[in-house]
Amino acid sequence: MIRITNWFSQVASITLVNLRTITERRGSAIAAAVGIAGVVAVLVGVLSIAEGFRQAMQSTGADDVALVLRSGADGEMTSGLSRDETRIIADGPGVARNETGALASPELFVIINLPKRSTGTDANVPLRGVGPAAFAVREGVSLLEGRRFEPGRNEVVVGRGAARAFAGLEVGHTIRVGANDWAVVGIFAAGGGAAESEIWTDSAVLQPAYHRGDSFQSVLAKLSSPAQFQGFKDALTSDPRLNVKVARQSEFFAEQSTMLTSFIRGIGVFIAAMMALGALFGALNTMYGAVAARVREIATLRALGFGAGAVVCSILLESLVIALTGGVVGAGVAYFAFNGFQATTINWQTFSQVAFAFRVTPPLLVHAIVWASAIGLLGGVFPAIRAARLPVAIALRET
Amino acid sequence: MKFLYLVWRNLTRKKLRTILTLLSILVAFLLFGFLGAIRQSLTAGVSVAGADRLIVRHKVSIIQMLPITYKARIEHIPGVVAAVHQTWFGGIYQDPKNFFASMPCEPDEFLAMYPEILLPEAQRQAWRTTRTGAVVGRTTAERFRWKIGDRVSLHSPIWQRGNRNDTWEFDVVGIYDATKKDVDTSQFFFRYDYFDEARAGGKGLVGWYVVRVGDPSRAATVAQAIDDEFANSPYETKAEPEGAFAQGFAQQVGDIGAIMLAILSAVFFTILLVAGNTMAQSVRERTEELGVLKAMGFSNGLVLGVVLAESLLIAVLGGLTGLGLAALIISRGSPVPGMLPVFFLPTRDLLFGVSCVFALGFVAGILPAWQAMRLRIADALRRQT
Repeated sequence: MIRITNWFSQVASITLVNLRTITERRGSAIAAAVGIAGVVAVLVGVLSIAEGFRQAMQSTGADDVALVLRSGADGEMTSGLSRDETRIIADGPGVARNETGALASPELFVIINLPKRSTGTDANVPLRGVGPAAFAVREGVSLLEGRRFEPGRNEVVVGRGAARAFAGLEVGHTIRVGANDWAVVGIFAAGGGAAESEIWTDSAVLQPAYHRGDSFQSVLAKLSSPAQFQGFKDALTSDPRLNVKVARQSEFFAEQSTMLTSFIRGIGVFIAAMMALGALFGALNTMYGAVAARVREIATLRALGFGAGAVVCSILLESLVIALTGGVVGAGVAYFAFNGFQATTINWQTFSQVAFAFRVTPPLLVHAIVWASAIGLLGGVFPAIRAARLPVAIALRET
Repeated sequence: MKFLYLVWRNLTRKKLRTILTLLSILVAFLLFGFLGAIRQSLTAGVSVAGADRLIVRHKVSIIQMLPITYKARIEHIPGVVAAVHQTWFGGIYQDPKNFFASMPCEPDEFLAMYPEILLPEAQRQAWRTTRTGAVVGRTTAERFRWKIGDRVSLHSPIWQRGNRNDTWEFDVVGIYDATKKDVDTSQFFFRYDYFDEARAGGKGLVGWYVVRVGDPSRAATVAQAIDDEFANSPYETKAEPEGAFAQGFAQQVGDIGAIMLAILSAVFFTILLVAGNTMAQSVRERTEELGVLKAMGFSNGLVLGVVLAESLLIAVLGGLTGLGLAALIISRGSPVPGMLPVFFLPTRDLLFGVSCVFALGFVAGILPAWQAMRLRIADALRRQT
């Protein structure tokens, strides 16, 4: 017991000496910390893009909402359903109802070109024709400004992400799509989800404007509970009048975001790994330098009776302190620079723009600090071992 | 030249530090190489766009179709030399992850429109005579190990044949290469007549037109004439030069691409900063040695040269190895062929990288070298650090 406390007090006193003298080596220590801060900032920055995109897609989906598409379609864009089919779907088992009828919204999904505010170039903006139940099916959709569109009129409501990213979507403006003018009458929020990138109108108005006859592309149905999903799905897929596939809305959106998130994650981790290597070399350089400058000091300590283990630990701790300082700074910089940053990009699976905000989440920060500590420990371990293994007599003689 | 040995011995004195510095410079330039390739990839369409080609799409958006009868009407507009149509097929080979672009077209007209696509005459002939024939780019052929004569089936989420069947069979009759490296060789083209006859819906509709104009300087006028021709019809058009179209498309990826590039640049410069600091540090530590050299009769210029040569040598060794390694890895193909089909390191970026290497060596070395040159012998010898 006494030996253990003795060992700890040895480690503590050497570490204290090391840390107090760190200003003597500030040039290389700062360089190492900056390198590690860079790694952490980059890692957090890139992953916050993927995280923000994933959250935008995921917060759109609810477990008790089912999306019905034509079988074989890979998204709403490539799907197609007739009005009769949408009626059969709305009558499916487990669909929730209110006083106006089944909570199922037959929808159309098309793309229009609108100029991006940031660049002025045309971008693909999703325009969705929705049924009367659309607002009841999607929980969390709320009007921020203006009013809902009136059924049967050329009016649209605009998600706040779209209103921010694309020109001409303020309430009171009109947008010209093909031969028709559409008045913007409201702005809505949808909990940060992908729907905020969309423009909504009455599907009955959108059908003729897009020569869609009496067809739709998807049905979004609210179920009376998440457990109803399997029964609903089985009933529709086995119905000989239908040729459809059924997915939970949450799963559907998760799938729609896989391509972009895995791309960003792949690149992000690759960049961070490369950069971590660069920073590791920097940290190694610093710690070797620190050890080399104090060979005599360390030997003196050993001669006084400090153990080799205590020396190793103290050097590791010094390296860790430098790395963690860098890591915290980097994470802080990334948080302030990236968290909440508004961006838009194209989601290839819907071929249209998604507006979303970067998210620096606590797990991401933890992840980053783990990387920083790993670099710090790796950067300290070899120099520490070298310091501990140097014979005392030789080390004392060194100049 | 005889001082090179001195420079070399200086570098090898602290081998470990030199190696670590070398490695971090190497990593920085490796990243730089990837940065160049990704940037090129994101804007690939813009750089290969033909100045004499226009893209004509539906005014509302490119997903709206245009009638095939527009071909003849476009070709009648003064200034238009030829028009070909393409349609997005969205073919999936086995798994959506294996993405590549697939489109039906009219073989001969299509190949005439895109002289940058190279297809041997025998394969052209085979395409003319094989109704289900398809021509695929080298990148995709190698990715899935397709050979001429193979039968390939794709699923289309958009186009069904009769009876709800979405499987389409094709015979690979040709594999194309490109005249330039930045042309996308991942695409899959097949015959429109086969497609139009077999598809269950949308017969007679095509995705967009590519139009060749006789005089590139009149491209804007011709584009306007095309749009005027179809104004107030059920299918209004928007015609624009291929470059502008590709630019707009690159802008759609927009922020993400720009942010990735900004981050990579930040990484690059951070690593250089750290490495440069170490290099400068190692010279500063040897001040009194430099004093000895000067006391021995080394001229100011020579001391400057020796110190600068040292930092240049380390930058060149690390930087050029990094760039070379990047070029080697990039030449083995895109890590994400679905997202970035065109992936190579442009010569322009390579040259810029080489100049960065020299700039690094110079900037890291010049300050300590300058100090070394100005050093008074007595001061240097007295200094203890």
